[in-house]
Amino acid sequence: MKKKFPFHIIVFLFPACFIYSIFMIYPLLDTMRVSLYTQNLLGENMDDSSGVRAFIGLRNYYDLFFNDTWSWHFWNALKNNIYFFLLHISIQTPIGLLIAAFLSNRELKLKSAYRTLIFLPAMMSIVIVGYIFNLILSPLWGIPQTLLGVVGLEDLVQPWLGLKGSALITVSLISIWQFVGIPMLLFYAALVSIPEEILDAAKVDGSSGLNTFWKIKFPLILPTIGLMCILTYVGNFNAFDLIYAIKNIYAGPEFSTDLMGTFFYRTFFGYQHQLGNPTMGATVASTTFGIILIGVLIYLFAFQNRITRYQY
Amino acid sequence: MKNLSSNLNSIIMHLVLISYTVICLFPVYLLVNNSFKSRRAIFKQPLSLPNEETFSLAGYLKMFSRIDFGVFFYNSAFVTIITLFFVLLFGAMAAWALSEYKFKGNTMLGLYLAFGIMIPIKLGTVSILQLMNSLNLVNSLTGLIVIYIAQSLPLAIWILSEFMKQLSNELKEAARCDGVNEYQLFFYIVLPLLRPPMATVGVFTMVPVWNDLWWPLILAPSSGKQTVILGMQQYIGQYVTNWNAIFASLSLALIPVIIFYLIFSRQLIRSITSGAVK
Repeated sequence: MKKKFPFHIIVFLFPACFIYSIFMIYPLLDTMRVSLYTQNLLGENMDDSSGVRAFIGLRNYYDLFFNDTWSWHFWNALKNNIYFFLLHISIQTPIGLLIAAFLSNRELKLKSAYRTLIFLPAMMSIVIVGYIFNLILSPLWGIPQTLLGVVGLEDLVQPWLGLKGSALITVSLISIWQFVGIPMLLFYAALVSIPEEILDAAKVDGSSGLNTFWKIKFPLILPTIGLMCILTYVGNFNAFDLIYAIKNIYAGPEFSTDLMGTFFYRTFFGYQHQLGNPTMGATVASTTFGIILIGVLIYLFAFQNRITRYQY
Repeated sequence: MKNLSSNLNSIIMHLVLISYTVICLFPVYLLVNNSFKSRRAIFKQPLSLPNEETFSLAGYLKMFSRIDFGVFFYNSAFVTIITLFFVLLFGAMAAWALSEYKFKGNTMLGLYLAFGIMIPIKLGTVSILQLMNSLNLVNSLTGLIVIYIAQSLPLAIWILSEFMKQLSNELKEAARCDGVNEYQLFFYIVLPLLRPPMATVGVFTMVPVWNDLWWPLILAPSSGKQTVILGMQQYIGQYVTNWNAIFASLSLALIPVIIFYLIFSRQLIRSITSGAVK
C-alpha cells in the first residue's frame, strides 16, 4: 500500500507555494505565452475585429530583433544595458574590494562606523537617489562648479546628464555610487572568514601584506566575486527606477540612457504617438528573462563548481 | 621602524575610508541640509548649514499644503508591515517543511522556490496586470501586498531554512516524545527560536518594498493609494520648479529609511557578514 503523504507537510508548504506560484511563476510563464500572440492594434494578423489575439508563433521575436520598428530600440537598449553592466563590474568591484580589504585589517579602528555609513546609500530608494543627483548635476544649481572651482577646474563642468556622449556613463556612476556597499559587505564577509592559520602561515613564510592579498586572499574570495557579478548582472538588467527618475521613460537624450527596463515600459504602455502593445511588451520581457537566465546559468556552471574546490 | 610604517599604513587607510565615506554622505547632506533653507540660500550657499537668516521651512509648508503626505506614509507602512507579517509566517512554515521533513520532491521544490531569488518578478508584469484586473485588485493595496509577498518569499525561505538546519535535534525529539504534535512544535517551539534570522529577513523584505516604484506606478497610481515613493515622484513631477518643496519631499521620503537602517544596521551587517546570506 502506498504511504499517505503527511498532511501537516502540505499545510506548512501550501500558503507559500500557492502565492508564489500564482503571482510569480504563473505570470512569468504566461508572459512567455502572450509573447507568441499578436495585439489587435496595428491591424496585422488579426483573427477578426473582435479584439481576439491571434497566435503568430515567434513573429514578435523576429520583429523585435530584425524589424526596423522595434529592432533599433531593442539593440540600442541591449547595448546600453551591457555597457551599464560592464561599467558596474569594472568600477564597483575594485572599489568594493579595496574598501573591504582595508576594513578586514584587524588593527583598524572605527570599522563598524565606516561599514554602516558606506552601506547607507544602498538602503535608499533608487528614485530618491536619482532625483538627488539630478538636482546636484543640474546646471541651475551649480554644485560641480563650486566643488571643482576649489581646485580651479570649473571649466571642466558640463551638463553631463544632458549630453548624449556622457549621459549613460553618468547614470552608471550614480548607480555605482549607490551600490558599492553591497560588494564591500560581501567581500568583507568573505575576507574575515578566511581562517587565521592560513594567514599566519603565510606571515611566518615571510609573505608581505600585498603578496598575501593577491596570492592567498584573492583566490579564496573568487567565488564571492562571482556571486557579486551575477547579482549585479541581474540587478542591472532589471534596472528601471533610476532612469525613470532622472530621464523619465524617454531615456534621453536620444535614447542614449535607454535600458531594457525602460524599453519594456515604453513598449508595454506606449509613449507619445505609439500605442501600448502588451504582446510586444511580453516579448521584450521574455527576451530579458532569457538574457538573465543565460547569465545565471553561466554563473551556476562556471562558478558553483569552483566554490567546492575552495571550501575550507 | 616597523611601528612607523604600520602607522603610516593605517593613516593611509583612514584617509581613503574617510574620503569615501564623505562621498557617500555628501549628497544626503546636501539634500537634507537644503530642505531647511530659504530658496535664496539654496542657490547662494548650497554647502553651508542653515543659520538664523537662511533657515526656512517654506518647502515643508508648501508641500503639506498641496498633498497629504500622511496618507502616503500610512499606505507605505501598511503595505510594508502586512507584507512582512505574511512573508515571515508563510516563509517560516515553508522553510520548516523543507528543512525538517524528508519527502519525495523535497529538493525539487526547494529549487523551484529558490528560482525566484534570481529572477525578477517585474518580468511578469504583462500577465500580472491582467491577473490583477480579473481579480479586481488594481488600485488596491491588497494587490501590491500579494505581489510583494510573492517577490519576497524565495529569499526568506532560503535564509530561514539555512538557519533551521542548524537547530538542535534533541530539542525537537524531546518535544515529540512529550506528545507535542507537529503544529505545536512549529508554532510554540521553533517559531520563537527564529528571532535572529527573522530580523535579517525583515530588513531584506521591508527595504525593497518600501523603496519600490514599479508596482505602485503600475498597479495603484491613482490618488489615495500611492506609496511614499510614488506620491513623492508624482509630486515632484508636478512642481519641478519649486526647489524648496522638492528638497522637503525628498528628505521626508528618505528620513524614515535612514532611521530604520541606523536602528537595524548592526543586526543587518552582522547577519550578512556571519554568512546568513551567501
